[in-house]
Amino acid sequence: MPIEILMPALSPTMEEGTLAKWLVKEGDSVTSGDIIAEIETDKATMEFEAVDDGVIGKILIAEGTEAVKVNAAIAVLLEEGESAEDIDAGSGNEKPAPTTVAEPGAANAEAPAQARGGSSAEAPATAKSNASPDWPEGTEMKKQTVREALNAAMVEEMRRDDDVFIMGEEVAEYQGAYKITQGLLDEFGAKRVIDTPITEHGFAGIGVGAAFGGLKPIVEFMTWNFAMQAIDQIINSAAKTLYMSGGQMGCPIVFRGPNGAAARVGAQHSQDFAAWYAQIPGLKVVQPYSASDAKGLLKSAIRDPNPVIFLENEMLYGRSFDVPVLDDFTIPFGKARIWREGSDVTIVSFGIGMSYALEAAEKLAEDGIEAEVIDLRTLRPIDYDTVLASVMKTNRCVTVEEGWPVGAIGNHLSAVIMERAFDYLDAPVLNCTGKDVPMPYAANLERLALTSTAEVIETVHKVTYRRGA
Amino acid sequence: MAAKKTSAKSNASAEDLKAYYRDMLLIRRFEEKAGQLYGMGLIGGFCHLYIGQEAVVVGLEASAEEGDKRITTYRDHGHMLACGMDPNGVMAELTGREGGYSRGKGGSMHMFSTEKHFYGGHGIVGANVPLGAGLAFSDQYRGNDRVTFTYFGDGAANQGQVYETFNMAALWALPVVFVIENNQYAMGTSQKRSTSTPDLYMRGEAFGIPGEIVDGMDVLAVRDAGRKAVGHCRAGNGPYILEIKTYRYRGHSMSDPAKYRTREEVQKVREEKDAIEHVRTLLLTGKHASEDDLKAIDKEIKQIVNASAEFAKDSPEPAVDELWTDIYTDLAPQNA
Repeated sequence: MPIEILMPALSPTMEEGTLAKWLVKEGDSVTSGDIIAEIETDKATMEFEAVDDGVIGKILIAEGTEAVKVNAAIAVLLEEGESAEDIDAGSGNEKPAPTTVAEPGAANAEAPAQARGGSSAEAPATAKSNASPDWPEGTEMKKQTVREALNAAMVEEMRRDDDVFIMGEEVAEYQGAYKITQGLLDEFGAKRVIDTPITEHGFAGIGVGAAFGGLKPIVEFMTWNFAMQAIDQIINSAAKTLYMSGGQMGCPIVFRGPNGAAARVGAQHSQDFAAWYAQIPGLKVVQPYSASDAKGLLKSAIRDPNPVIFLENEMLYGRSFDVPVLDDFTIPFGKARIWREGSDVTIVSFGIGMSYALEAAEKLAEDGIEAEVIDLRTLRPIDYDTVLASVMKTNRCVTVEEGWPVGAIGNHLSAVIMERAFDYLDAPVLNCTGKDVPMPYAANLERLALTSTAEVIETVHKVTYRRGA
Repeated sequence: MAAKKTSAKSNASAEDLKAYYRDMLLIRRFEEKAGQLYGMGLIGGFCHLYIGQEAVVVGLEASAEEGDKRITTYRDHGHMLACGMDPNGVMAELTGREGGYSRGKGGSMHMFSTEKHFYGGHGIVGANVPLGAGLAFSDQYRGNDRVTFTYFGDGAANQGQVYETFNMAALWALPVVFVIENNQYAMGTSQKRSTSTPDLYMRGEAFGIPGEIVDGMDVLAVRDAGRKAVGHCRAGNGPYILEIKTYRYRGHSMSDPAKYRTREEVQKVREEKDAIEHVRTLLLTGKHASEDDLKAIDKEIKQIVNASAEFAKDSPEPAVDELWTDIYTDLAPQNA
């Protein structure tokens, strides 16, 4: 049967074009790859090649014709043994473009409201708190710093699984720029504790590749500020490959290091990336406050078959907390912790923001305001239900974080609470955040740029309509 | 040219030559069909065809052993076919259908097959280079002697992360062959206009990585260079660079009018250097095959390609639930 040559689409958006010029005439032999016509799109003039071998039997659209629809037959090609008589009289009729594409919006309409990690507009009558004890009552506890807890988590997981290794700047011989990897080289050797050159983009990519190869890398960034050099590998390679491969290839990797403002190190070394990474589907994002959470969540992160962003804080490394004395304990992602129960206001925070939240709650209690303080612990997934259950009880909410105010985690929580618990609110949800400025160096200005206990107290006064509001 | 140049003096059996002819022809006909389906609106978005460069992947696959890995950028259809992935699955991914390698969720630039040790298909120029070194790292860590072919173009050779990777690959003696497919144009910018020193095979010199130039229109030269590079890596000597001089006949993508070079330039390469014609001539003049034998191969390839197009048209679009799957996995990684 003669082959119809169709008007081609020559760009992702082309619907019609001008048949500028024929470079062949009826009766010419063509082989695949020969340029047979020039076609003008709205952007350029393109050469159009024959795909099949044969003889041009009939030209259906004359050169110079404008607005030729994509997929309209423009010529007929005869194959070996065919003649012009074989050309079907019907040729030349415009063929509609294939219509297998689903109607726009259809996916939206049919997709169940199961936006994992995203918010849902459905308003449940109640939300049940997920917060439950992380270990059995009566477990022996000991004091440990966040630094020791993180170190212990890695030691335990590296003993447990030979596929776990750590790479980063100064992690081995120097024993860690912040001493989180102290002693690892001695126990596990240079094969599994690897000093890299100062080359974040490169070693983040090598880590992701090793994870594609089935290993379970821990990539330490000396601080998360430097990970901006590597962010393409984190987002485009680590987070998306499972989806792009239709589930074939996951990326079991942990990126970890100190995040947020340290002290007096200026704008380039002081910023909280929680909201950035929490926006990315495919990543899990953890920002622990206490030593027990640092340990239990890092162990979960290393075991997780997905890429995990683990945001630590230099100011918390030396702080001591009670940690359970257990051979092996992990804390699941997506489960908030209620640090303090209260009935007057819910304060939601994570990471170092928790120190302001808890201190503010103590002071507010002296004043007769009982705050419920929730530590989100993980920002992807977020434990919405625990937050909502609390807000439905207290009817007021203040969020606390160190990051910038535009597109903050607090903004997102405000929206979710508005969507799902609007009728329970007695005041607008307010966000305490870092100020909308690069971090200044001067000590007094730096204090002003961060959020503070005083600011949390003042904000709680606003939502409880107390003095000072 | 002052560079060392691998020449195709080695012998190839009739069987080998026929296999190379067949594999290269499959890529060319497949790509022509893909271009046609794009023209019909069945393939969308970006579609980068491999026509002209077939000898590069076919030659290198002839130097690979079972378990060796490969990773490339977005001009990836040829690599997938050459390592034995199913044309139906590749074409159906191009049309965004359920039967595609990524169930329609990856598209032309994002396909994978862990079974065939093909690790993508990556859309960000240069980003696959550290990923390839990481795959090689995983083999070195496990103590096997597998090698990873990491393909990228002359355009990617100007990305910083390539040199970050060269440094670490050399430092740690990673078993990775860096294959620079130099088709002379980074989208519309010729190498002359983009590159301070044109000899990309020398780009590893600062890191102590040996490199050589290879005629990428000669599949035997590519195969032999590949064998040498693979042998170097497998013996634990660290990375190796092959700069393979090749040429793409089509535009950068389907929507590229290719005004940065003349039609005569393209035509001259097609007529004088075409890799498939080269093997065809070797087969006929060496009396390894008759015209009829080759016609039979052509016919077989045409059938495979047409069947892949039919499969890709008939395969349904992914179910709408697929929107929400494969974002996270509960499964522990399988040791690749």
